[in-house]
Amino acid sequence: MILTSLDHVAENQKAQVIKIHGGWGIRGRLNQMGIHPGDIVTVLRVGALGGPIIIEVHGFQVALGRGIASRILVEIAE
Amino acid sequence: MKVALVGQPNCGKSTLFNLIAGYKAITSNFPGTTVKYTETKTHIYGHTCTCIDLPGTYSLSSMEPAELEARKHLLSGEVDVVINVADASLLCRSLELTLQLLELEIPMVLCLNMMDEAQRKGIQVDPGKLSAILGIPVVSAIATTGKGIQNLFVEALKAGEEKKRGNVQKFSKDIEEVIYSLAILLASEKRVEEKVPQRFLAIKLLEKDFSLVDGINPGGDLRGKIQFFQNKLEEIHGYPSDEVISAERHALAMNLSEKVSTVIHPPERDLRMVIDHWVTHKVFGYVILVLVFYGFFNLIFGIGGYIEKPLLQIFEDLSERLRDIYEPGSLFLFLAVGILQGIAGGIAIVLPYLVPFLIGLSLLEDVGYLPRVAFLMDVFMHRIGLHGKSIIPFILGYGCSVPAVMATRILEFPQHRFIVAILATMIPCAARITIIFALVAFLIGPNAALSIFALNILVVAVFGKILSLFLPDASLGLILEIPSYQPPRWGSLLQKSWYRIREFIVIAWPILIAGSAFLALLEYAGVERYFSWFLSPLTWVLGLPASVGTTLVFGLLRKELSLIMLTQALGTTQVLTVMTKTQVMVFAVFVTFYIPCLATIAALWREIGKKGALLTILFTFFVAIFLALATRIFFGIFFGG
Repeated sequence: MILTSLDHVAENQKAQVIKIHGGWGIRGRLNQMGIHPGDIVTVLRVGALGGPIIIEVHGFQVALGRGIASRILVEIAE
Repeated sequence: MKVALVGQPNCGKSTLFNLIAGYKAITSNFPGTTVKYTETKTHIYGHTCTCIDLPGTYSLSSMEPAELEARKHLLSGEVDVVINVADASLLCRSLELTLQLLELEIPMVLCLNMMDEAQRKGIQVDPGKLSAILGIPVVSAIATTGKGIQNLFVEALKAGEEKKRGNVQKFSKDIEEVIYSLAILLASEKRVEEKVPQRFLAIKLLEKDFSLVDGINPGGDLRGKIQFFQNKLEEIHGYPSDEVISAERHALAMNLSEKVSTVIHPPERDLRMVIDHWVTHKVFGYVILVLVFYGFFNLIFGIGGYIEKPLLQIFEDLSERLRDIYEPGSLFLFLAVGILQGIAGGIAIVLPYLVPFLIGLSLLEDVGYLPRVAFLMDVFMHRIGLHGKSIIPFILGYGCSVPAVMATRILEFPQHRFIVAILATMIPCAARITIIFALVAFLIGPNAALSIFALNILVVAVFGKILSLFLPDASLGLILEIPSYQPPRWGSLLQKSWYRIREFIVIAWPILIAGSAFLALLEYAGVERYFSWFLSPLTWVLGLPASVGTTLVFGLLRKELSLIMLTQALGTTQVLTVMTKTQVMVFAVFVTFYIPCLATIAALWREIGKKGALLTILFTFFVAIFLALATRIFFGIFFGG
C-alpha cells in the first residue's frame, strides 16, 4: 500500500481515494463528479507537459487538472 | 401545466426536449451546453402544457450559474411536475440528483434514458422496483429513437394532476436527527421563504450552502446556531459536514442502484475505447487534433470554393443583363442591381461556406470530440493564464459569438468570464470565417486564409496572457466530465445544422438584401460618399478604397454584411479588379478583429455589463487597426501594392 496524491498515479493504475484536501468548492465539485473518500478510481490518461489527467470513476470518465489531482490523497493498491 | 425537464449534463435532456418541441434547444455531446433554459408549449392528449428544458446540473448546489438557474426555477413554485431525466448507464450518479429532487416535494417522474447504452455496458435496470422504492413513476426510454417518450409524458401529466409526491429517502439515523433538529430551528426562525421545503433547506445548510437564506451574517446569531449543527456532524464523522452529507447521499444512491440493477455481462470493450486511446494520447492526440482541424478547414474550403465560382459567374451575368436592359443611372437599375447583389451574396458567397462549416461543427459536437479537445488544450490554456474550460467558449466562438459569450457562464469566477468573453468575441464566427474563405482563400489562396486563423489564435493568446496578468487565475483547475462517444445520428445532426443555418436565412439574409438595396439607394442619391468621407481617415490609414468605409458600418449589424456590401460598394463581384491582394488581406484582417456585431454586444452587455461591452468595442477596434496596419506594411513589403 502506497499513500500518494492522485497526480502521482501512473496510467492504468487503480487507487482508492483517502482524503480530499481543499475547501468547500473543490470538495463539492469533486463530490458531484462522484469522487468521495473510499471510492476506487482508475487513471486512464496522464496528459503531456503537466496537462490534466483522465480518470475513470463509477463507470464514467472525468478530466482533472494536475493541481486538483495533487489535492486528492489516494492509496495505490498493489 | 408546467413541466420541467431536469437532469445531469449530457443525460439527453435536450434531445428529449427537441423530440416534443420540434427543434428548439441546441444539443451536443458536451457537458453544459444548455446555459439558458428553453421553453415551449406542447399538446399532449388534449392538455396544453409548458415544457422547460433546464440547464443540466450534477446537483442542486449553488456552485455554478447554470445550477443556480435550474434551482431557482424549481423553487419558484411555478413548476407543476418535474421530469427527472437520468442516464440509466450511469444510474448511481444520476440518482444522487434524483434524491435531491425528491426533497423539493414537487410531483415527479423519473425517466430512465439511454437504456440502450446501459445494456451495452451490461447493466439491466428494473424500473418497477425503482418506482416502488422512490414512490414515483419510473419510465424507461431511449430519447434518441423516441422510444418510451409518449408514455413518459402521459405519466408526467398524471403525476402533475394527482400532485403525488415521492418518498424522500432517509439518511443514517444520526444524520437524520441533526437534519430534523435544524429543520425545526429554521421553522421557528421564520426567516425562510415559504416555498423552500424545510428539510431541503436544512440539508443545504449542512452542506454549507448559504445561498438560499438571506440575512445570515457571518458571526450572526442564526449563523452560529447553524454552525453548531454542522460541527455536530463533523464531530461524529471526523470530516466536514458538507462531505458527510454528500458521502451519505452517494452511499444511498449506490445502495439504491445496486438494489434495482443487475449486471448481466461485463462491459463490452468496444471500438470507442480504442479510439479514445489514440485521441487522448500524449503525442498522437495532438497530431489527430491538428489533422482534424486541418481536414475540416480544407473540406469547407474545397466545397465552398467549388460552389462559389460558378454561382458568382451566374449572378455577374445576370447583373450585366440588367445593365443592358435598363437605362444607365436610373433608380430602377440601381435598386435591381442592389437587390440582386444582396441575393447573390447569400447564395453564392455565404451559404457555400456556411453550410459545410455548420454541419462539420455539429458533427464534431455530437460525436463528443470537443471535450477531448478541452482535455488536450488545457495545458496550453493555462500557459496563457486562462482556465482550461475557456477553450469551450472559444470553440463555440467559431460558430457564433453570441453563444460563445453566453458559454462563459461555465467559468466560476467573474474576472475570468470577463476576460474570456472579450477574447471570445475576437474568434472569427461563422460569418467572419465565410469572409476569410470567400475573400482571402478564394482570391489569394488557402495559405493566406490559414495565416489569418493562425494570427487570430496568436493574438488571442497574447492578449489572454496580458489580461490575465491583471486579473490572475484563482480558479480550481479543470474538472470536466468526458462523455463517451456517440455515433452521429444524421437526422438530428442535419436538424441542428438547419436550425443554425435558418438563423442566417431568416434573419440575416433579408437584412443583407435590404441593406444592399439601401446602399444602392444611397449611391443613387449620392449620399454614400458622405459616409465614406466620414470614415475616410480610417480607410486612408488602412490604405483601402474609400467606398469600403460604408461596408464596415454595415458589418456592425451583421458581419456577413461587410462582405456582401463590399461587392455592392465596389460595384462588382470580381473584387480583384478593383482591389489589390494586399487591400483584400488588410480588409479581411480588419473585419476579423474589429468591433463585434450588435447581437454580440447585447450578449456582452448582459453577461459582463455595460462597461465590459464598451471596453470590448474600444479594445477590438484598436486591436483591429493595429493588426490591419501591420498587415498592410508586411504585405506591402513582400508582395507590393
